Amino acid sequence: MARELWKGNEAIAEAAVRAGCQAYFGYPITPQTELLEYMSRRMPELGRAFVQAESELGAVNMVYGAACTGVRVMSSSSSPGVSLMMEGISYIAGTEVPAVLVDVMRGGPGLGNIAPAQADYNQIVHGGGHGDYYPIVLAPASVQEAVDLTVLAFDLAEKYRSVTVVLLDGSLGQMMEPAEMPPMQPLKKEFPAWATRGAENRERRMLSSIYLNPPDQEVTNLRLLRRWKEVEANEVRFKTYYLEDAEYVVMGFGSAGRVALSAVRAARAEGIKVGLLRPITVSPFPVQAVDAAVRQCKAGLVVEMNAGQMLEDVLRVNNNRIPFEFFARMGGIVPFPDEILAEIRRLAQGKASLEGHPRDRWLERVAAQA
Amino acid sequence: MPPKGRIEVNELLCKGCELCVGACPQKVIALDMDRITPKGYHPASLISDGCTGCGICAVVCPEAAITVFRETIKVRANQ
Amino acid sequence: MTTTLDPELEQLVYERPDSLVDCATHYCPGCTHGVAHRLIAEVIDEMGIREKTIGVASVGCSVFAYNYFNFDFVQAPHGRAPAMATGVKRVLPDRFVITYQGDGDMASIGMAEVVHAAARGENICVFFINNANYGMTGGQMAPTTLPGQKTSSSPSGRDIETQGYPIRAAELLATLDGASYVVRRSLHDPKNIRLAKKAIRTAFEVQARGLGFSMVEMLSICPTNWGMTPLQSLQWLEEKMVPYYALNDFKVHPAVAEIRI
Repeated sequence: MARELWKGNEAIAEAAVRAGCQAYFGYPITPQTELLEYMSRRMPELGRAFVQAESELGAVNMVYGAACTGVRVMSSSSSPGVSLMMEGISYIAGTEVPAVLVDVMRGGPGLGNIAPAQADYNQIVHGGGHGDYYPIVLAPASVQEAVDLTVLAFDLAEKYRSVTVVLLDGSLGQMMEPAEMPPMQPLKKEFPAWATRGAENRERRMLSSIYLNPPDQEVTNLRLLRRWKEVEANEVRFKTYYLEDAEYVVMGFGSAGRVALSAVRAARAEGIKVGLLRPITVSPFPVQAVDAAVRQCKAGLVVEMNAGQMLEDVLRVNNNRIPFEFFARMGGIVPFPDEILAEIRRLAQGKASLEGHPRDRWLERVAAQA
Repeated sequence: MPPKGRIEVNELLCKGCELCVGACPQKVIALDMDRITPKGYHPASLISDGCTGCGICAVVCPEAAITVFRETIKVRANQ
Repeated sequence: MTTTLDPELEQLVYERPDSLVDCATHYCPGCTHGVAHRLIAEVIDEMGIREKTIGVASVGCSVFAYNYFNFDFVQAPHGRAPAMATGVKRVLPDRFVITYQGDGDMASIGMAEVVHAAARGENICVFFINNANYGMTGGQMAPTTLPGQKTSSSPSGRDIETQGYPIRAAELLATLDGASYVVRRSLHDPKNIRLAKKAIRTAFEVQARGLGFSMVEMLSICPTNWGMTPLQSLQWLEEKMVPYYALNDFKVHPAVAEIRI
């Protein structure tokens, strides 16, 4: 398959089609709408289900219904829409049916704006819906990676009967890049033993997230937790760049990680021994990789397009061993490589500190500049 | 002569709500105050002859607890 | 007393339908949820479609409907059953997909989902139980609570000045072009129960023919929360609810009118 120029949102849609997605339900919201539009053309021409729902609530519950039949199913949205979907996501997680969700993040909170941001990290990675559940969250940094992770998302969702989220920001959704599409997979013909497709020649089945008897609910909670431990053991993915001999480490996911890579390359050109760790699974979080980087390096920098949401997960692993600094742009602004490069130079100058919180020091620097 | 019928009330299901008592056209169903179901209700029961097996008690029963039988009229006519 | 019939002549007139699981329900004595369950089960038995039917349960007293119906069931979040049913039906168009929803679920929190399922002409059956209050949570005011009706959250009676008017869901849905069959029935006496069953059968036939959205509203009693005996409740339904909620066919697509049952 040749490399072609694809827009991020449309590339994800086509990748989902090729992964055997049999039903798509969505609702228009910028900057994700091209994904819905692409599906509105593509799914009917293949005889697959497409519904533009009345709301994200409607869409996520259509996903829930279709997921109960055991087919591959997906929805996509952007931050405010994903907030609405949280109810359904919790139910899907509680019912242990597989579903794929794409969140093309935009500026917030509230209506915010339609520019790229990464501020849904906490909502997606650390819950958002009620109850104890653990979504698998994949964070691409290029259109090609978005394609590959979309296919992986369906596989992981099915393997772990889990909600799997492809988490990217609006710039990646809107960006055009060359990408190679995966081969077209056939639609599933065999369905798992829990799927509700009509009780033909078998006992009836029920799919529900209700366990009124507390001990039954606890058994379910433990099952979900143990399954999550399995995910943590087997599915951590990340990428490192220039980390082999690095004395300083930069960490960032998605577009922030990608921009940070440009800054790392520029710093290397200046002779600064700096590397990059880019989590691909932000959930499960690459704890061991972060720990190894902390053991190896003198200081670290976390770069995000939010107020330091992944930062807290990094700091938990660091446990105050090495100084970490933080840099962010928010409100729909993508950081410039130069801004990150300036932060890397500060690390190399030994200005990183163990005192206080990296976010507070960053805020002070921002205030000093203003 | 009206057809002759009878009912069987599943006492595991009956909750003594009396909807069948109120609906029975022959007024031959009442709660059996001498019996208590496993759930603690007095079950519905036939109290006298006269059941025609019309099935109206079953039509109104929210628990689907009543099975209705009737003697076939056609065969009776041949007797 | 025990009545015996001539075993040679004895004939079964009525027995519990196969599409109901052989277990006691959690419903209060006299609650006509059970009647609605039974009618749906009878129709599914008669049409021989038990193995082809997938139900979507709602939240409210009917949250456990899936325990009582002997076919595949899924459980929707509060109000979302028509959306979930859409997901199931779009993937499995040759299956019969039904929702079973109360008035709080469908006519309040789930209004958007049912309106849009109807507007899309989604080929599903919605069975809607209207008992004029929130039963499961203890009898609070529902969108269907009558003006002046006392509930645990309208203790002085529903005041239309501050709490607004009840919603006539069947009339509302009947205005939508996508809806093919929208009727209201009542479960307060044998005649009306039989009419309700006929409407349920018609709704399934509508789905079998691919004619689109159908909704059967059933007026139902809630003796516990109304604070009455079941028999008093039947009378209250007939005297208070039926005048407000007319028993009628509000939308019958011409192709549906041709269905003979």
